[in-house]
This record gives sequence, C-alpha cells and structure tokens, in this order.
Amino acid sequence: MKRLVILGAGTAGTMMANHLHKKLNRKEWTIDIVDERKEHHYQPGYLFLPFDIYKPDDIIKSIKDFIPSDVNLITKKIDRIVADENYIQMTGGDQLHYDLLIIATGAKIAPEEIEGMKGAEWHKTVFDFYTFEGSIALRNKLRDWQGGNLVIHITEMPIKCPVAPLEFAFLADSYFINKKMRDKVNITYVTPLSGAFTKPKSTAALEHLLQEKNIAIESDFAIAEVNNENKTIVDYGGKEIPFDLLVTVPTNKGDELMERSGLGDELNYVPTNKETLQSKDHANIFVIGDATNIPASKAGSVAHFEAEILTENILHYIKNEKLSASFDGHANCFIETGKSKALLIDFNYTHEPVNGTFPFAGVGPLQLLKESKMNHWGKLAFRWIYWNMLLKGTPIPFVTANMNTAGKHFN
Amino acid sequence: MEKTIANKTITVNEEGYLTNFAEWNKEVGEALAKENHIDLTNKHWQVIDYIQDEFKKESPLSIRKIGKSGVVDIKEFYSLFPSGPLKTATKIAGVPKPASCI
Repeated sequence: MKRLVILGAGTAGTMMANHLHKKLNRKEWTIDIVDERKEHHYQPGYLFLPFDIYKPDDIIKSIKDFIPSDVNLITKKIDRIVADENYIQMTGGDQLHYDLLIIATGAKIAPEEIEGMKGAEWHKTVFDFYTFEGSIALRNKLRDWQGGNLVIHITEMPIKCPVAPLEFAFLADSYFINKKMRDKVNITYVTPLSGAFTKPKSTAALEHLLQEKNIAIESDFAIAEVNNENKTIVDYGGKEIPFDLLVTVPTNKGDELMERSGLGDELNYVPTNKETLQSKDHANIFVIGDATNIPASKAGSVAHFEAEILTENILHYIKNEKLSASFDGHANCFIETGKSKALLIDFNYTHEPVNGTFPFAGVGPLQLLKESKMNHWGKLAFRWIYWNMLLKGTPIPFVTANMNTAGKHFN
Repeated sequence: MEKTIANKTITVNEEGYLTNFAEWNKEVGEALAKENHIDLTNKHWQVIDYIQDEFKKESPLSIRKIGKSGVVDIKEFYSLFPSGPLKTATKIAGVPKPASCI
C-alpha cells in the first residue's frame, strides 16, 4: 500500500480528503489526515462574532464530522516534516511515512512580530478578530464600549481574507448606528497599502463606500510599534495615530512547523508553483490554501478552486503524467458593506475585480463590485454552502475553478 | 508611455515605473532619484543592488524582506527613502512596483 498524508484538517485539507477518497484507487492508497485540533472553525464567521450577528455555535463543528470514514484522522501534534526521507515526525516519537504529502497547515496571526502589540493592552483595548478568542473578547468589549477613536488596522500583507478588515469597518459603522451612538465613534481605517485595496477598480469603489460611511482612511502606514502607554500606533516614518479601541490584523504567518522543517520562506509559507501547486523543492509534496506562498488571496474560495486543480494534478502525478491542471489564481469574495448589503468580487492572477454579473453573464443574479441585498444574502447563505457542500467537495453549481471572463466589464 | 530622462528614452507605466528593466542604467537611476528628491549615497546603492538582485531571482519583495536582508534595517530603509520606501526604491531601481498579495 502507498500512503498519502494530508497535514491540516482545516478548509483546504478537509476538501482534499473528500476529493481524494473518491478519486484514488483505494486498493493501492491509504489516506491519513493529521491535525492536533478537534474543532473545525468556519473562519469567515469570526468577522460576525464581535457584532453579535453569529453565535459561537454557528461557526464551530467537529473536525471528524467532515472527514470520510475511510480516511484515517490522526489527532496529534506534528514536530517536523523530514522531506528528504519522506516521513513526518510526530511530537512524542511516532513517525509516519508518506509517498505523497499535501501541506494544508494554513496561516495564523503573529502579533508578537510588532513591538508592543501583544503588550499590556492586548485584549483590553487592542484586539484581533482573526482568532476565536480575539473575536469573543472584542464582542464583550463592544457590548458596553462608550465610544471614542476606533482604529481598524492592517499590519502587513499578505493576510487571510484581505477584505475582512474593510468589512469590519463597514459592519462597525452599522453596529454603532443601530446602537444610536455612531456620533460618539470616530472610525479610522489604517493600511500599509496605498489605498483601501490592492486592485485599482475595487479600491475606487471601496474608498467611495468608506467616504459615504464617514470612515477616515490612513494609507501607506507601516507600523513600527503599538505604544500601550499613550495608546497610539506609530509608524516607521514617525506618524502617530491615537486610539481608544484598536482592532488590528497582526502579521500573518504560516505554521511554525515549516520553520522547524526548513520548508518555509521568511513568513513560513511554502514556496509553491503557482499553477501546479507542487512544492518547488520536493516533487512529492503539494501545497494548498493559506500555507502556500503563491500570489493569490488567502481565502476559502481560493482553497476551494485550488482543491479541484490539485486533485487533478495528484492523479496526474500518480500516473507519472505531466501536471497539466493549472490554477489561475481565481478568488471569489463577498464583501459585507453593512446595512444588510454586500459587494461581490471575482478575480484571478491577471484580471482585477470589475463590474458585471455572476455567475451568469448578463443575468446575475449577483452583481459584481456593486452593493446589493442579494449579495448580502449570498454571503449569509455561504455558511450553509461551506458546511454542506464546500468541505465535502461537492461542486457548487455554475462556479468554475478557473475564472470565467464572460459577463464582466473589463474596460 | 515614453519618457526621456538622463538623455535616454525609457518606457514607464502611468505610475512612473519602468516597464522594461533592460532600459535602466545608473544614470537613469540617478535621475529618477532626483525626481523623488533623493540624493543617492553608497547605502542607497546597496539597497538598489539588493532589490535588483531579488527582482532577477523573481523573488517577491516586501519591507519585511528588506529589513531582514542584512543590507539595512527597516528604520534605516525609511530614512533612506522617506514615505513609502519600497515604492520609491523600486521605482528608482527600475523594477515593477511590488504587488501586495491579496
């Protein structure tokens, strides 16, 4: 028997287990999936916890409920990957040999990268919303916060779900309007980018929305430290921004396992071929989702599209064929804009998000890069799709792995 | 679009970044630096060399990476190329503006 091992049972790893258990010849292949955790969190839900829109129960389920019964789920901590000898060294001594390895260990926040970020004010007036603990602590803070300067901040790119901080700003605006205290809150959006987003057309649309909602933007801000005493963030150029409540997206990094194994770059992401998803250094290692260093968004939709491509390439690899399936960087993201509306963007390595309709050219029903209630319902429906279709590898009707250019207005 | 600088015609995009690295030379670099109100010192050139080496290796650039390069730390990088150092430094070095991953 040959052994395929998947590291990480988050969005990407779970999808790969569900695709491959059907596609591999099970008389020849055993599949193992390793994750030290027991719970699977619907990470997009972290955005909604602070505003009491979702409850913890909405976003947490058991990992094992999503792993096919003919796949071995190993709940153990991994010490390191010994790539030159094709085995995984578990913490505590066990070794797990593999013929084929899929790395799906994701990315997480590293607030310790910035001086003072994880200081005295951490989870008191300085919060993240990229962890369950952070989101819940922030929810509790917001429930009886009296107002002041709310600063929403991105430390450095890349981050998971790059639109989430903007969504947070829009949702905060709605939240304080509903609480009849918007006049007591100044909202400032602070970013290391030159504008609200990285792609010109969506930046224009999103900056218009920020303005409309009276959210100030501070761009090109490269944070050097959080000053806990003065309650300011300070950038390398000397600029200082005061806060009463700081909601920051800390540096994101790949798993420390990559550092221990010598497989990561300076942010612990694994150098990966952006089309085939094969590791650049080891032919029998493939990488998917947030763990890669490819220039695509770190987002569940990207992992979903990658999973289809990677499944094909794993089958090619096993048959000694050329890895002919090619990922185009496709991402598809809803952007909550508050007041029960949302935007939708669809883009890839070469095409920036533009106006148009999705998924049917000229018909919709979803509008690209335009606020609508329909898009908001789409975003909320997505949680159901995530648990019931996406993780299980069920194709989502009419949404293709590679991006479709029909129905989009590129000029 | 085309632009004449340091007696040489170069092609730049709408943000002023060279679209063809082969058109860059030291005089072009000096002139682009002047346009950005920077007088290039030895230290500036070391940073530019590093940026160009990374570009040739197709290795993505970031402020963090430059801070870890051993050439300068981030504070120095900001003092050499004030406000938006990576954007300014890459423009002078004749390489594309680093795309932040999204």
